Amino acid sequence: MSAVIEGHHDDHHHGPAKGITRWLYTTNHKDIGSLYLWFSFIMLFIGGAMAMVIRAELFEPGSQIVSPEFYNQMVTNHGLIMVFGVIMPAFVGLANWLIPMQIGAPDMALPRLNNLSFWILPAAFGVLLATFFMEGGAPNFGWTFYAPLSTEYAPPTVTYFIFAVHIMGASSIMGSINVITTILNMRAPGMTLMKMPLFVWSWLITAYLLIAVMPVLAGAVTMMLMDIHFGTSFFKAGGGGDPVLFQHIFWFFGHPEVYIMILPAFGIVSHIIETFSRKPIFGYDSMVYAIASIALLSFVVWAHHMFTVGMPIAGELFFMYSTMLIAIPTGVKVFNWLSTMFKGSLTFETPMLFAIAFVALFTIGGLSGLMLAIAPADFQYHDTYFVVAHFHYVLVPGALFSIIAAVYYWLPKWTGYMYDEFMGKTHFWLSFVSVNLTFFPMHFVGLAGMPRRIPDYAMQFADYNMIVSVGAFLFGLSQLLFLYVVLKAIFYGKKATGQVWEGAQGLEWTLDSPPAYHTFETPPNLEAGEAKG
Amino acid sequence: MTPGVNAIAQEIFGLHMTIFWICVVIGTLVLGFMVFLIIKYRKKEGVEPADFDDNPKLELTWTILFAVILVGMAIPATTTMIKAYDDEEGDINILITGHQWKWQYEYMEDEVSFFSNLLTSLDARNNIAPKTENYLLEVDEPLVIPVNKRVRFLITANDVIHSWWVPDFAVKQDAIPGFINTAWTYVDEPGVYRGQCTELCGVYHGYMPIVVKAVSDSEYKDFIQGKRDMKAQQALLTEKLWETDELFAIGEEVYLKNCVACHQVNGAGIPPVFPALAGSEIVMNDKGRQVEILMEGVQGAAMQSYAEQLTEVEIAAVITYTRKAWGNDAGGDGEIVVPKEILDYKNNKL
Repeated sequence: MSAVIEGHHDDHHHGPAKGITRWLYTTNHKDIGSLYLWFSFIMLFIGGAMAMVIRAELFEPGSQIVSPEFYNQMVTNHGLIMVFGVIMPAFVGLANWLIPMQIGAPDMALPRLNNLSFWILPAAFGVLLATFFMEGGAPNFGWTFYAPLSTEYAPPTVTYFIFAVHIMGASSIMGSINVITTILNMRAPGMTLMKMPLFVWSWLITAYLLIAVMPVLAGAVTMMLMDIHFGTSFFKAGGGGDPVLFQHIFWFFGHPEVYIMILPAFGIVSHIIETFSRKPIFGYDSMVYAIASIALLSFVVWAHHMFTVGMPIAGELFFMYSTMLIAIPTGVKVFNWLSTMFKGSLTFETPMLFAIAFVALFTIGGLSGLMLAIAPADFQYHDTYFVVAHFHYVLVPGALFSIIAAVYYWLPKWTGYMYDEFMGKTHFWLSFVSVNLTFFPMHFVGLAGMPRRIPDYAMQFADYNMIVSVGAFLFGLSQLLFLYVVLKAIFYGKKATGQVWEGAQGLEWTLDSPPAYHTFETPPNLEAGEAKG
Repeated sequence: MTPGVNAIAQEIFGLHMTIFWICVVIGTLVLGFMVFLIIKYRKKEGVEPADFDDNPKLELTWTILFAVILVGMAIPATTTMIKAYDDEEGDINILITGHQWKWQYEYMEDEVSFFSNLLTSLDARNNIAPKTENYLLEVDEPLVIPVNKRVRFLITANDVIHSWWVPDFAVKQDAIPGFINTAWTYVDEPGVYRGQCTELCGVYHGYMPIVVKAVSDSEYKDFIQGKRDMKAQQALLTEKLWETDELFAIGEEVYLKNCVACHQVNGAGIPPVFPALAGSEIVMNDKGRQVEILMEGVQGAAMQSYAEQLTEVEIAAVITYTRKAWGNDAGGDGEIVVPKEILDYKNNKL
C-alpha cells in the first residue's frame, strides 16, 4: 500500500483535470470552495432581481408592474434564495477554501461528501426555480411558509418546494459533518482548539448549529407533506391539528438559522480588523466564548418571533428575557473589535472598509433587535417594516458585507491577482450609501404602521417607499460593479505576493498566491510558535 | 409610532420611546467611538501599533455594564407586559373572525354579525381612478364600538392565519384557525381608527384593512338596533317575487364586491387555484351544485361558504348573474335562482 503511494508521490504536483469534469468530479476543497462561491454569486443576482421587482412594485402606491399573486411569489423566493442560496453557500464556500488552509490540513476530511454537498445544491434550486414555470406558480407563502397557508391553501408546487428544502437541508448537514470532522481531526500539530483562527472557531460552532436544526426543518416540511398528500392533520385545525405548532417548529429551526448566517461573519470580520489594525485581536478567549454563548442562547429564544400568537404571559416574559440576554455576548464582540482597533495602526483597504461598515451597521441592527425583544413594544413592531429593516440590517450590511469583505480580503490569495483598489473602494462607498438609503427609512415606515409583505400601501407611506426603492436600485446596480471588480482582478489583475497584506497573520498567508492545487500535504508544525490569528 | 388613544397604548408608546432613546445613546457612543478610532489611529510614519490583546478586568466591567442596562430595560417592559395581558371579560365581547380577505365581526351579546370588506375600488388600485386619503384603509362596514366601555375582542380565523392590528389601540393579535385569542381595548375619544391585517394570508393580504369607529353609547345602541332592523327586512325581501333583470343587477354588484378578487371581472379566474366561472359546466348546467358550493364552500380551497356572509337575496342574485353573464346563458340551461330557493336550502339543512 505504502509503495503505491510512494510511487504516486513522484508526480504528485499534477494540477486539476481539464474541462467540465474538473468541476463535476472535483474533490478538491479549493475547487469546491470556488463552486460554492460562484453559485452564491449567481443566486445573489437572481434573488437580487426579485428584490428589484419588489421595490419597483412598491415604488408608488397602486398596482405597478406585477400582480399581487406574483408579488407574493417574489417576496417568498427572494427570501428563500437569499437565505439558502446566497448567504449559506457563500459561507460554506469560504469554509471550504479557508478551513484547510487556516488549520494546515491538505483538504477537507471527507472530499467525496464535499463534492456531493455542493452538487445537490444547484439541483435543489433548479427545482425551486422551475416552479415559476409550473401550473399555479411558485411558492407564494413567504419564506417562513406558515401553515395552513403553505399546506391546505398552497399552490400545487408546494410539493416541489418541500423537496427542494429537503435537498438543501441534506447539503447543509453533509457540509457541516465535513467541517466538524475536518476541524476536530486535521489541525496541524500544535494547533490546540484555543489557538485556532476565529473563522475556524465560528464555523465549528455554526456547523453544530446546522446539524442540530436542519433535521428540525426537514421534520417541519415532512409534516407539511403528510398534511398535503397523506391526510394527516399536524397543522390542520379542522382535523384537530395545531397551526401554532408549525411556528414553534419552524422558529426552533429558524432562530439558530439566523445565527448560522451571522456567526461565520464574526470570524471573518475579526481576521480583517486585526490585519488592518496591525494588532492581534482583542480578547480572543472572550470572542470564542461569546460565539459559543450566542449559539447556545439561540436555542431558547425562538418564540420571540411569535409574541402575537397568544402565548401565556410566562412565555412572553421568558422569551423576552432570554432574547435580551443575547445582547451581552454580542456587545462583548462589538467592544472587542473596537478595542482591537484601539491604539492600532489602521489602514483602510476595501476589506477593512467593509469590515468597519459591518461593525457599525450590525450594531444598528443589533440595537433594533434589542427593541424588538421588548415584548409589549413588539406588539406594535411585529410584522411591520421595522422588522424588515432590522433583519436586513443584520443580513445585508451584516452577513453580506462580511462575505464581500472576505472576497476582497482573500481574493488575491485565491487567484494570485490583486483587485483594483480604486474600484473596490468605489464599490464600497456606493454600497454603503445605498444600503443605508434602502434600509434605514424602513425603520420609519414600519413605526408609522406599514405591514410587511403587502404589494400596495396606504398614501402616508408613499414618500419613504420611494426613497427605499431608489436606494435598492442603486444597491442592486452597485453589486454589478462587484462582479466587474472580481472579473477584472482574475483576468487583468496585478500579481499578488504570498503575504498580500502587511499585517495578515495565519497559515494561509504562508502559502503562495495562488496556492498550489494541493497544499499542506505535510502539515506545518506549530509546536513552537503561536498560530492563532 | 403612534402614541395611541388609550392608556395602555400610551404606556407602550412611552416604553418604546424609552428603549428607543437608550438604543440611540448606545448607538451614538459606539459609532462615535468608532469614528474617533478611525481618525486617531490611522497609520502614521514612525508610530508602532500597540500589541496588547486582552484586559480581563475591562472585559468583565463592560459585560456587567451590559447586564445592568438590560435589567434596567426589563423592569418597565415587564410591568407594561402584565398590564397589557389583562384577560378580564369585557362590557362588550366581539368575536373577530379573519377570512380570506375580509373581517367578520360578531357582537356576542346582541347576536349581530356582519362582514367588513375593502371599499377601495379596483380602478383606484390600478391607477385609473384617483386615490383618496384613506386609500386601502377604508371598508364598507366598520366595526363600531362604544367609548368608555371595556371592549374585549375574541380573535380567530376561518381559513389561514391572519392578524388583527389597530395601532392606535396597540392591539395586534394573530387570528388563528382553531384558536381563540383575546385582546381588549378601552377608548375614551370618539373617532375612526384604522389598521391592517399583519400576517401574510394569501394573495389579497394587503387588501383587508380594519376600520374601527368609536362612538357614544347612544349612537352605539342605534347602530345595533339598525343592524337588527335590517335583518328583519331581509327576511321580507326573500319572500318577494323577483324579476331576472333585478336579480342580475344586484348580482353584478355582489359579484364585483365579493368574487372578482379570485374569479376576475371576466369570469376567467386564475386557474388552477381560482377556477373559471365563464364556460364552467357547473355554472352553466348544474344549478343545484352551484348553490351547494356557495352555501358550503369547497374544502381545501379558497372558496368559502357564503351562507353567513351574504343575504339570501344576494346569493340568489350572484348565482343568477354568473349563469347569465359571459355567454353562460347561451352555452347552458340559463336557469336562474330566486332567493326562496336559498331559504329552502337552508331550511332543508336544519
